[in-house]
Amino acid sequence: MKKVLALVCALSLVFSLAACGGSADKKSAGVMTYAEYDAAALDSEVVVEAYVQAHQSWWDNKITVYAADKDGGYFFYNMNCSEADAAKLTPGTKIKVTGYKSEWAGEVEVAEGATFEIEDGNYIAPAKDVTASLGKDELKNYQNQLVSFKDMTVSAVSYKNGEPGDDIYVNFTKDGQEYAFCLEYYLNGSDADFYNLVGSLTEGQVCDVEGYLYWYEGPNPHITKVTVK
Amino acid sequence: MRKIAKITLLFVLITTTLSMCACHGRKGLDAFVIPEQFDETKHYDISFWAKNDTNLTQVDIYKKAISDFEALYPNITVNMRLYTDYGRIYNDVITNISTNTTPNVCITYPDHIATYMTGANTVVELDDLFVDTRFGLNGSEIKYDAPSFDEIVPQFIDECKIGEHYYAVPFMRSTEALYVNKTYVEAMGYEIPDIMTWDFVWEVSEAAMAKNADGTFKVNGQNVMIPFIYKSTDNMMISMLKQLDAGYSDPDGNIEIFNDTTKDILFEVSKHAGTGSFSTFKISSYPGNFLNAGQCIFAIDSTAGATWMGTHANHHDISLDKVVEFETEVYPIPQFDVNDPKMISQGPSMCIFNKEDPGEVLASWLFMQFMLTNDVQMSYSETEGYVPVTLKAQNCDEYKEYLSLASPDDPDHYDIKIKAAELLLNNTDKTFVTPVFNGSASLRDAAGQLIESVTKSMRRKETVDAAYMDKLFKDTAALYHLNQKSMAGNNGQKQELSRLPGASIALIVTLITVWILLGAYYLYGFISSRKKKK
Repeated sequence: MKKVLALVCALSLVFSLAACGGSADKKSAGVMTYAEYDAAALDSEVVVEAYVQAHQSWWDNKITVYAADKDGGYFFYNMNCSEADAAKLTPGTKIKVTGYKSEWAGEVEVAEGATFEIEDGNYIAPAKDVTASLGKDELKNYQNQLVSFKDMTVSAVSYKNGEPGDDIYVNFTKDGQEYAFCLEYYLNGSDADFYNLVGSLTEGQVCDVEGYLYWYEGPNPHITKVTVK
Repeated sequence: MRKIAKITLLFVLITTTLSMCACHGRKGLDAFVIPEQFDETKHYDISFWAKNDTNLTQVDIYKKAISDFEALYPNITVNMRLYTDYGRIYNDVITNISTNTTPNVCITYPDHIATYMTGANTVVELDDLFVDTRFGLNGSEIKYDAPSFDEIVPQFIDECKIGEHYYAVPFMRSTEALYVNKTYVEAMGYEIPDIMTWDFVWEVSEAAMAKNADGTFKVNGQNVMIPFIYKSTDNMMISMLKQLDAGYSDPDGNIEIFNDTTKDILFEVSKHAGTGSFSTFKISSYPGNFLNAGQCIFAIDSTAGATWMGTHANHHDISLDKVVEFETEVYPIPQFDVNDPKMISQGPSMCIFNKEDPGEVLASWLFMQFMLTNDVQMSYSETEGYVPVTLKAQNCDEYKEYLSLASPDDPDHYDIKIKAAELLLNNTDKTFVTPVFNGSASLRDAAGQLIESVTKSMRRKETVDAAYMDKLFKDTAALYHLNQKSMAGNNGQKQELSRLPGASIALIVTLITVWILLGAYYLYGFISSRKKKK
């Protein structure tokens, strides 16, 4: 009897874990899968469900959100959002977004003016190591996802304004190629410790870097974590 | 009965006093009065909120100006806060007005100042300061060689007048330029006139959409081509309406933009948005990036963005392997009447905010005036296609020499940048500005939104017809609160009176009731005394 009970418990656990893992991909009726969103033409209307991973600071009834589901990343630029709703967009929150797919300087996004509703569900996407994809076309497949890069060497650090208080541009080299990263001030400029850490990076330091794979005329990750080695 | 009368009188007095207090509301600052002397033994810390075009050379020029100024006035320390976005400055100033923590000096636009002025004496009126013989423009007690009032370009200083008074001084001026890939236009068999019409630009743009059998565009052999990209669609609509002498707004703040000419313009824009021959910065990205990649033929952007334009531009946001070789030329924006060209005047101005200590305001004014000196004006203008706002700087030998050294290969004298500056220098008399009033900033946003909306709608295969246009006008008016007939408030014009607050109504009712009671009491006493006499 004990063996049967143990087997039942084990099977229940396996099934429940499988259910948890798959819940991120389950879409409501009328909602696109990531693959359908990815295949949708630019300037077409899209309806997606995704989980908030981070957002830039709310301003003027708009908010820019980095989101993900299990299959890919999304960038919701300047969604219509009240200040009260912005407070609800904590990491992991599931939202259904209706808007138009567009591309701006290479960044594929849901364009300004999208609307959203909050749904039940929670998911935080893990960072994917895409170091091996640097400099290759395949890197674009990870656009808007939380990604990590290992053993990157700092080659240049500059403030957008010439002094603290705005974005920080950080260039890293890897295997002789230079890549542009950015600490987006409205994403994490208010985290003084992190802002100071990135601002004080010096040429030659080797770091592991995490960030959302934003695109501006080429890959331009928005940095969220730096580990100096 | 006498006791009741006394109580009633006391009540009336209290009510009247309270109501008078209520009428005044929160007490604002007293209007600034120029002090007799500037106390150089007292230390002043002043804040300066500045804007730069993500250009570190501009930041260095601000820093040098502050350093040079502080050397002349050791008792003044200028603390700079940098922005790269006018909208953020505007937002922060508005937030700080309510807490009386505005900056001392601020780079801004007159449209924004009109909103700042909703607070009593918030922004310092400059009329008296301009003409003060001691501390005024080039006054006797100024420690540097400042321009006189007459040495500021008249059109530019006029733009700083709100109603009947000056509330700002110009800092830099630019206009918009049409940056053209001349190589492509000529390769398509067109000859470029000195001033292009809108029809010419639309025609060439449509011709540039021709494709090869493999789907690439014939003109550039690439997969991407947006022949015409406009950076600032609010300027686009405003300029087109101005050139057609059509309504936009009047100085009283009456909104005139929702008219048939605007619809005609939008229908024309929609045609070209539908074919993909026209797009905007908000939809597609910076015109300069497409121009430099050979993916755009007509790029309209500020002359203050000239260093980003062309094969040999000082700055590139695209990787250098994507930059193509072509001949860039700078023209006025397209016109409806080439014999009467009109182009917008734009660029940063400066204002000073009022403070309790007149000495602090005077210190702010001294710094703001310093920003008009030749060194600051020339060095800052040369960072981009700006022009100095003073004739004193424009006409000095050093600036003329700078203009004469234009070269595609010399970053300091990049020819496109200098041609852009010369475009404004040679056409200052053809520039215009829009009326400034509380709400003019919203109207400007709405003007751009109309073009953005039809462009997006066409790309999204929506139907743009008369019904669409009616709805667009209605929605835009509501979104930007342009429904009122007049939005004025700072020009001395009357505002439409809104409904009184509940507390005020209660006070008035109480006062009327008290007066009725007093009248009744007096009448009762009068009748009683008559009866007694009988």
